[in-house]
Amino acid sequence: MGKYFLKRFAAAILTILLIATITFFMMHSIPGGPFTRERPVPDSIMVRLNEKYHLDDPVFIQYLDYMKGLVTLDLGPSFSIIGKDVIDLIKGGFPTSAKIGLMATVLIIILGIPFGIISALKQNKPIDYFVMFMATLGVTVPSFVIATLIIYVFAGLLGWLPTYGLQNPLGYIGPVVALSGYSLSFVTRLTRSSMLEVLRQDYIRTARANGIKEIVVMGKHAVRNALIPVITYVGPMVAAILTGSFVIERIFALPGMGGYFVESITNRDYTTIMGITVFYAAFYIIMILLVDVAYALVDPRIRFEKGAK
Amino acid sequence: MKRVLVTILALALVVGLMAGCSAGAKGGELNWNIGSAGPKTIDPGLCGASDGGDVINNTFEGLIREKSGVVQPGIAKTWETSADGKTVTFNLRKSKWSDGSDLTAHDFVYAWLRAMNPDTASEYAWLWHYTNVVGAEDYVDGVGGPEGVGIKAVDDYTFEVKLSDPTDYFVSLMSFYTFMPVKQSSVEAAGGEEGLWATIPELAVSNGPFVLTAYTIGDGLRLEANPNYWNKKEVGLSAINGKFIDDSNTAYQAYQAGELDFIPDVPTAEVPRLIAEDPNFYVFPLLGTYYYNFNMDLEIWSDVRVRRAMAMAIDREVICETLAAGQVPAGGFIPPGFLDDQGRDFFETAGMYGLATDDSKVAEAQALLAEAGYPNGEGFPEFVMMYNTSEGHQTVAELMQEMFKTNLGITCTLENQEWAVFQDTRTQGNYELSRGGWLTDFMDPSGMLGIFKNLDVAYNDPNYYNPEFEAALNEASSATTPKAHFDALYRAQDIFMNDMPIIPVYHYSDTMLVSDKVVGWDRSVLGSVDFSTATVSD
Repeated sequence: MGKYFLKRFAAAILTILLIATITFFMMHSIPGGPFTRERPVPDSIMVRLNEKYHLDDPVFIQYLDYMKGLVTLDLGPSFSIIGKDVIDLIKGGFPTSAKIGLMATVLIIILGIPFGIISALKQNKPIDYFVMFMATLGVTVPSFVIATLIIYVFAGLLGWLPTYGLQNPLGYIGPVVALSGYSLSFVTRLTRSSMLEVLRQDYIRTARANGIKEIVVMGKHAVRNALIPVITYVGPMVAAILTGSFVIERIFALPGMGGYFVESITNRDYTTIMGITVFYAAFYIIMILLVDVAYALVDPRIRFEKGAK
Repeated sequence: MKRVLVTILALALVVGLMAGCSAGAKGGELNWNIGSAGPKTIDPGLCGASDGGDVINNTFEGLIREKSGVVQPGIAKTWETSADGKTVTFNLRKSKWSDGSDLTAHDFVYAWLRAMNPDTASEYAWLWHYTNVVGAEDYVDGVGGPEGVGIKAVDDYTFEVKLSDPTDYFVSLMSFYTFMPVKQSSVEAAGGEEGLWATIPELAVSNGPFVLTAYTIGDGLRLEANPNYWNKKEVGLSAINGKFIDDSNTAYQAYQAGELDFIPDVPTAEVPRLIAEDPNFYVFPLLGTYYYNFNMDLEIWSDVRVRRAMAMAIDREVICETLAAGQVPAGGFIPPGFLDDQGRDFFETAGMYGLATDDSKVAEAQALLAEAGYPNGEGFPEFVMMYNTSEGHQTVAELMQEMFKTNLGITCTLENQEWAVFQDTRTQGNYELSRGGWLTDFMDPSGMLGIFKNLDVAYNDPNYYNPEFEAALNEASSATTPKAHFDALYRAQDIFMNDMPIIPVYHYSDTMLVSDKVVGWDRSVLGSVDFSTATVSD
């Protein structure tokens, strides 16, 4: 077990370094730079700016410097919010994004899985049709439409929710619902189809034939196995949702970190592009690792090492 | 029961009185959307964008304050220009910083030298080039040092500036943020070069009507009335809550729900209705022009008749009506809003240079094109019109493409590039016809025409050069009388429009939606909002 994790950990570090390297060179290869402006800055100022941010060094030297910094978690200064380090931007934005994301994740799990199970158990009944209709809607309607509708109807017309921000606790409702819409629907559908698949398996028939109570058959044998594909999806989803959504945060005017994913590229904010990418990659890899652990807990057929019971 | 009623009545009375008092003493709090995801900086010496400029215009004050084009005394009570026009002396009033310390001429010297200093690396340092302040440009370019800059504090309350040439608009420049004072001890306390101090309430010492008391990245800021502002008796608001809401739909909904009182951007789709129906929706002309650059280095544009025919063939009214946000069809390069030596609007006096706002010049355009050897556009090579990716730019490009096709019979294809890529492409001259836009920062047409002065100017995207045009601009900048200055500028634009290196399309506009609860607010002609005398009623 320990050896397995050590191996996985080494692979994770290598993956992050690889992602950082690829991102670094791709980003430097696109035209434009952090100081590209409608009004070009005077040459003397440009020289100072480049010196200050070490952009006058050869790209490979810049790369080595960046990687050196990365090892010590120094992500460098942001180009677009002057005076702030990238790590400050992440520290400032991540709590907000994560709070919204965590609530959305909880909502997705506590609603999506039961809905999927109910839908599967009542296949082709009205409740199944209803749930599937809602789930199809949720997958197809983009989050910005849901967000705008929520603001228009619940904040604008009815005045129940604030239009933006999180000052009022009710302000969480809009972003959480809009953020979870797609994944909630997806998890519902996934749970349903996986559940239907499992219900047709021989071991379910065997369990029932043995006279085991239906509730035990469902709880112990069917649901646990049906959840495996759901876990596979939910792991990386958590990484994506907790690091914020550009669209949702922009529409609800939230001070999260979702915006940096898009803005840093538009602004050629090199250090922020790198910092955000590495942060996301690390988070993603950790989640995949957790997914593997969760498999073992849910599925008795999966164990980390041969011979381990 | 009666007792309860009496108590309630008494309570209601007290509460009512208290509410009345607080509303009477100060004009309440303003909820304002700054209209971006947050300014890059709110340090006057580093700022280079309008969102930051809007904040600074309310937290700082320069030598003068400009409201709706009227220059009012600011920190300078009075000023004199010497007979040769090359020395301007500002007599400062006794005023204080928000921390209670004295504000003197030395603070201006410090702030100006800091803004010029190449180590400060202010993106707006190019502006010094237009000030004609002796030695400023050399210092910015790293050729000279601070000792060569012609500014000095004669005493604590006298600030003297030496100019290389008489500069008519110099005083009007002084309302712009680059020229505002900053306090040395604050700047040097935290990340001076980075302007971090300006967002930290304890360090953000300022001298304007308001002072920063809170700042959250990506969320918003709070400004409160500055108790040490020299003109505090005119200040009506007790506080301003500035929000960083980038999405215009959200801001508009919040405005309708009464959560915001003042928003700069509304959803594009709402603009025509708001212009027609809502008296609280304001459209202001902006001092800027939207145009297309001919790449003058290319053979295809070598004939001025071709360039002129293309400029005549577009229907500017149709374009402005489609965009529907108060844009003004452009006949020249100078937008409305500049007054000449006789108080006439430069834009109106200059005229249309043979261009039309509508399609009335199409026949003439066709004749010109035929004369150039391309009757009905036959044989004219296909070319590419390039713009940076945006819905609005695409609309304009599509309309122009269609107009070139139907009115002149010439064909072009459209190509869009992401903003940063586009700027590189344009600067390097890798285009045939490319979008351009220019907004000026000071009240003189020379700042507009100056971008095409010669090939050394980095903004001269068409690579246009005509020695006569350059000579006229030089004459304007060294003119000793306003009349000579404007005569030279009119001549410069005549030469420019005669050569037609660009297709002027429209002059920009600025919009604002302001609740009728807010009164007394103002705006500078250059576009910064001014809440120094605003109030909010309940």
